[in-house]
Amino acid sequence: MLEQQLINALSLGSVYALFALGFTLVFGVLGVINLSHGAIFMLGSYAALLLVEQLALPLWLAMLAAMIATGLIGLIVDVLVLKPLRKRNAPHLIPMIATIGVAIMLTNLAQGLFGAENKRFPVGTIPEDSVTIGNLHVTAVQVGIVVIAFVLMVVLLGVMRRTQLGRALRAIAESPKAAYLLGINVEGLFYLTSFAAAALGGAAGVLVGLSFNAISPFMGQPMLHKGIAVIILGGMGDIRGAMIGGLFLGFAEVLTVAYISSDFRDAVAFGLLFLILLVKPSGMFGKVLERKA
Amino acid sequence: MTMMEWWDGFWATYNTVIFSVGVNAMLALSIYVTLSCGLLSLANAAFMGIGAYVASLITMQAGLPFPVALVAGGILPALVALVIGIPTLRLSGVYLAMATLGFGEVVRVVVLNMEITGGPMGLNGVPPVTEWWHIVLLLGVTIYFLARVRRSKIGRAFEAIKEDEVAARLMGVNVAGYKLLAFVIGAAIAGVAGALNAHYTFTIGPNNYGFENAVDILTMAVFGGTSNLIGPMIGSTILSLLPEVLRHFKDFRLAANGLILILVVLYLPKGIWDPRRIRAFMQRRNSNNSASKKVN
Amino acid sequence: MLLQFNQISKNFGGLQVLQGVQFHVPEGGIFGLIGPNGAGKTTVFNLITGLLRASSGNIVFDGQDIGNVAPHKITERGIARTFQNIRVFKEMTLLENVVVGMHDHLDYGFGGLLLNLGSFRKIEKEARERALELLSWVRLDHKAGMLADSLSYGEQRKLEFARALATKPKLLLLDEPVAGMNPAEKTELMAEIINIKQRGFSIFMIEHDMRFVMGLCDRVAVLNFGKIIAEGTPDEIKNNQEVIEAYLGKEEE
Repeated sequence: MLEQQLINALSLGSVYALFALGFTLVFGVLGVINLSHGAIFMLGSYAALLLVEQLALPLWLAMLAAMIATGLIGLIVDVLVLKPLRKRNAPHLIPMIATIGVAIMLTNLAQGLFGAENKRFPVGTIPEDSVTIGNLHVTAVQVGIVVIAFVLMVVLLGVMRRTQLGRALRAIAESPKAAYLLGINVEGLFYLTSFAAAALGGAAGVLVGLSFNAISPFMGQPMLHKGIAVIILGGMGDIRGAMIGGLFLGFAEVLTVAYISSDFRDAVAFGLLFLILLVKPSGMFGKVLERKA
Repeated sequence: MTMMEWWDGFWATYNTVIFSVGVNAMLALSIYVTLSCGLLSLANAAFMGIGAYVASLITMQAGLPFPVALVAGGILPALVALVIGIPTLRLSGVYLAMATLGFGEVVRVVVLNMEITGGPMGLNGVPPVTEWWHIVLLLGVTIYFLARVRRSKIGRAFEAIKEDEVAARLMGVNVAGYKLLAFVIGAAIAGVAGALNAHYTFTIGPNNYGFENAVDILTMAVFGGTSNLIGPMIGSTILSLLPEVLRHFKDFRLAANGLILILVVLYLPKGIWDPRRIRAFMQRRNSNNSASKKVN
Repeated sequence: MLLQFNQISKNFGGLQVLQGVQFHVPEGGIFGLIGPNGAGKTTVFNLITGLLRASSGNIVFDGQDIGNVAPHKITERGIARTFQNIRVFKEMTLLENVVVGMHDHLDYGFGGLLLNLGSFRKIEKEARERALELLSWVRLDHKAGMLADSLSYGEQRKLEFARALATKPKLLLLDEPVAGMNPAEKTELMAEIINIKQRGFSIFMIEHDMRFVMGLCDRVAVLNFGKIIAEGTPDEIKNNQEVIEAYLGKEEE
């Protein structure tokens, strides 16, 4: 029984980690808490759904296309909303408030366009296969989630640690002005980061959509809250932190539901959030609380 | 149709909207207090909820008169704010915003799961005892109170803290104490607003006091402007009446709220009511007159 | 002795910033603490104002140990401070800036301010009048109603003085008061500081600019790598071999 819960926790935690990755990437590089990440996640789900429904694309292609679509949305949000605020040197609470506006807009547009009811993928889209090893029951979807999430996380970590691009991004995270003076194309990398982060969020959306087969305009909200808890737990701007924090939350939630009560599932994230803020606000891996200009 | 008949008809349809204008003004002022001290708190919707539930339970279950409910609706959120404020107000900026957001969600989950609050169904049949004069009176008291505070050393302390905490501290301002004061005052005002609101909407539920509502309150203040007391009231009035005006657009009118927030942040960073911008505008208009001294 | 540093040491983790620092600031007059960049001068101020706590040793001000006093209580003891990177309240008027300095001395309660009682009005009025007077000391009273943001750099520094003076200090801590100023501004500020000293305030100044310090201070202590290497009158310090070596190549012209 416990092992089964651990499998579920791994799958859930991977999704949380993937979602938090995009979120923390934007914070680390752009210095902004992008509260529209939840809406982007939701749009990823819808994008995949539409591509499968309307264009009968195979699932893997739909997911890839959905990632690109959400990436573009993230990029547009950056160019239209975040960039003007950057130019103005607005204190960092301001862009956050602006992204709240974006989230509201996107969520309600989705509701207006697609309706508020839960939508499902067409029958036959989601692979039904599963594997049973002893007491353990693992579905193809769960395997897919864990594999895809881990692959994406490993790729991201690799880029950040081993490539010139990653070094540039880390330089910007440290200090955009200094990075600029070093000749780094800061603005261009901001665009790239916004695109990539949104794509990751969209990917998480597709995976969650497949996993629960219930897509609604409001699915982004609770996810966003979990994402906030994860990045604070793991340390804002820290990629390892997002990954480990996400997995940690997944485990904490599943174990709480299994052994305490399912009523408090949503409270777990915030309970942890509170605890960490009281004990070590910079999170498990966070170092710097204030960013240099 | 006579005037009386027209008025009765109008009132029957729109009294809720008009009440909301008053209640929303109080809510916008409640977040203004915290913003004026440099705190971005997303907890005021939760405090509103606490006030609403406490007041409703008092009138419904304890059968006590409305004024008692109103007082309790202000005091309880203030006490809660005092308790959670002490550890959380040490945090700054974004972390504080996230912590208050988290707190709001915890309250929602707790209320969702408690028997006494009616769980997900909430409380039904809250006695409709709010009268227009309750709202006018309490809004008036709030405005008077905040105006006096603003003009005193407390208001200056808030402003100093908002600008530069370290400098304020070294000028003798007890920063932690004043932040807590702002937070508690904001909670009390939001709580009373919630109590008033519950008693004309018949039904209250956990979803009335969640993140979206906290954002609505923030939007009203940011949209109106937070340089002085007038801004939040203008913002809340316009945004309370706008949904009625935009009624035809149905679902998209909520999207309009989001768009408004974005546009305000981008183009009117100090909100609609920005005394400096207005003063500059007036001065440019009067620039033909003889040199005018800047009076303050 | 107004202020006494007794064998103060401060380390951050493994880094020893101050070691066995010992000096005293006499009452009245201007005392200077100089030393190359990174010597630990600002740490000294941060220890006095309670922003940091000493690792060992004690600080005695006006006969009392102030090692454990919280930063917002330091003005009560009679110590006020200005900052190296000027920290005026930009969106407040000059008058309001100075009145903030009087925060502790405005003795009215909630009742008074809520009901606009006579006592409240009187205290506020007197506060404004005193603030205007302090602004006149630094010759900024004609700009009292303007926003602090609109002042020049030198003027903002003077405003900071006025605000610090509003706290009714016995000792005024000036952290690199002429940093970033041109010679003309420095001369003007020198006059302001002498002005303040003549009104009876004791001044403790950290500075970098040797010539400025030597021309202004009655006594000087020299800090290098966290240790005091000399203490005495400007003439004694000028001819001290160790001091000259410490500053070799770093003297500002």
